[in-house]
Amino acid sequence: MNASARDMWRSRPRYGERVLQGLFFLSATLSIFVTFGIAWIMLSESVAFFRRPEVSLLDFFTDTQWTPLFAEKHFGIVVLASATLLITMIALAVALPTGLLTAIFLSEYASERVRRVVKPFLEILAGVPTVVYGYFALTFVTPLLKKFIPVIATFNSLSAGLVMGIMLIPMVASLSEDAIYAVPQSLREAAYALGVTKREVVTGVVIPAALSGIVASFILAMSRAIGETMIVTIAAGQNPRLTLNPFVPVETMTAYIVQVSLGDTPHGSLEYQTLFAVGATLFIFTFALNLFSHWFVRRYRERYE
Amino acid sequence: MYVSDTYAYASSRERWRRLKDNAFEIVALLATLVGIVFLLVLLVDVVRDGWPRLTWQFLTSFPSRRPQQAGILSALVGTLWVVPLAGIIASVIGVMAGVYLEEFAPQNRLTRFIEINIANLAGVPSVIYGLLGLQLFVRYMRPITGGRTVLSGALTLALLVLPIIIIATREALRSVPPSLRLAGMALGATRWEVTRDHVLPMALPGILTGIILSVARAIGETAPLITIGALTYVAFLPPFGLEGLRSPFTVLPIQIFNWISRPQKAFHINAAAGIVILLTVLLLLNGLAIYLRNRLQKRWRA
Repeated sequence: MNASARDMWRSRPRYGERVLQGLFFLSATLSIFVTFGIAWIMLSESVAFFRRPEVSLLDFFTDTQWTPLFAEKHFGIVVLASATLLITMIALAVALPTGLLTAIFLSEYASERVRRVVKPFLEILAGVPTVVYGYFALTFVTPLLKKFIPVIATFNSLSAGLVMGIMLIPMVASLSEDAIYAVPQSLREAAYALGVTKREVVTGVVIPAALSGIVASFILAMSRAIGETMIVTIAAGQNPRLTLNPFVPVETMTAYIVQVSLGDTPHGSLEYQTLFAVGATLFIFTFALNLFSHWFVRRYRERYE
Repeated sequence: MYVSDTYAYASSRERWRRLKDNAFEIVALLATLVGIVFLLVLLVDVVRDGWPRLTWQFLTSFPSRRPQQAGILSALVGTLWVVPLAGIIASVIGVMAGVYLEEFAPQNRLTRFIEINIANLAGVPSVIYGLLGLQLFVRYMRPITGGRTVLSGALTLALLVLPIIIIATREALRSVPPSLRLAGMALGATRWEVTRDHVLPMALPGILTGIILSVARAIGETAPLITIGALTYVAFLPPFGLEGLRSPFTVLPIQIFNWISRPQKAFHINAAAGIVILLTVLLLLNGLAIYLRNRLQKRWRA
């Protein structure tokens, strides 16, 4: 409802309605409590983690080993974070061009009939549970890759990254398409009037005009890739190691959380606290990216009348 | 330079431009096909892998060390406990929050803060919700939830899908024309009366679609439930009744994950069969969402 209609309400709410409205308000504020709840839990358990004598904040950022489950413990988050970023980069290399081109095809080239066939496919692709993608990466994509790259291990970053990239296509495509859709037709027509070809309109006019929305979709895809859990747990392995080699097993931040959660983790134990230290790192990464994408859209959005 | 030379130059350039144009369209088409082909290959592969195990016995057996005797009964029943419960909790709170933000909220800083918050929560990784559930429901609220139980799982998933329901509710409410509200107001109805009797019924198809899609999301979630400590091997069913809420549980995707992470090929076949059932349920739910949307829309137009 717009502001003027809202201000025109004159009838006073009855007593029971006041109570109801209070309840509605509480439901809406729950989201704030959830956010602060997450932040508080991450912070308090991480503080407990760093207070331990065997843990130091400096080592957390500089150590090149991650072995909290071994007798000789090292806590170098770089090991897990680098695996996360490696797989994220592979996924984005697939998802960004493919997703953007899909959006361009659907909005600029496809007929209404083609759109009506393609869109449900993308919606189904977006709705496939990640555990299913993980299964496919491990039992189909990895054996396929092995035919071309014999050195590739059963668990590797490449397969997980490629499949995750496919998973992200619908998200990039639909967000980019929204941005492209918002570009007014008159802009395209003005370009055509100058004798420009269709591709030149797309790359020279439409994409620059929709750039803020497209970049936002890229950032959100990155955030989604960093937080993705099941594909990497199933297909990329549970071997924390610092490497940029996409053919060997690694362990991402999310995979570590799953690995530890599968075992018995009594509260207050070191394993329990590492969950939250890793979780806090993950939360900061994704939260910063999400905020950045909102800010980016607000800051750089082109407005058309 | 003769005129004909300029012509030849222009036409070769023109041809090159046209060629680039066609190439671009073909590349865009191929990119679009990537997702579709991948999906089709995935579906065929999973059905082919899982086909031998898709029997009645598979649906009605508990997990077992022997892959041929293992089934998904406890996982299926666990999903039927956790997901509807999560759906109900999230729907009640989510619809109320959506109604507040769209129909009642004043336009001030707090409202904007809540809106930004909800958008951000929608982007928080699901495994983080698992950590929240682990600390909040499994630990702090243990006297109520009983620890790593159906209730803890449902509450965790409810928080996870809450932003989806709030956003869908708001969109549905926004699509109701303001004139309807003005007409109600003109007749002296209160805000709540107009919302309850006119706005909500008209927005219902959109809200229901949002709820169903969020349930579909909850069915496929694995990581947050593993994080709160759902079991991976369950050879019993939660007792029917209220005490079932405080029973340990497993769900379909966790059972599938458990089978995938075993080295024996026979268990991978079980995983594929489980995936076929999971995907079938999801497709049925999506179909239901589309059916409801069409049916209710027709009724309101009449």
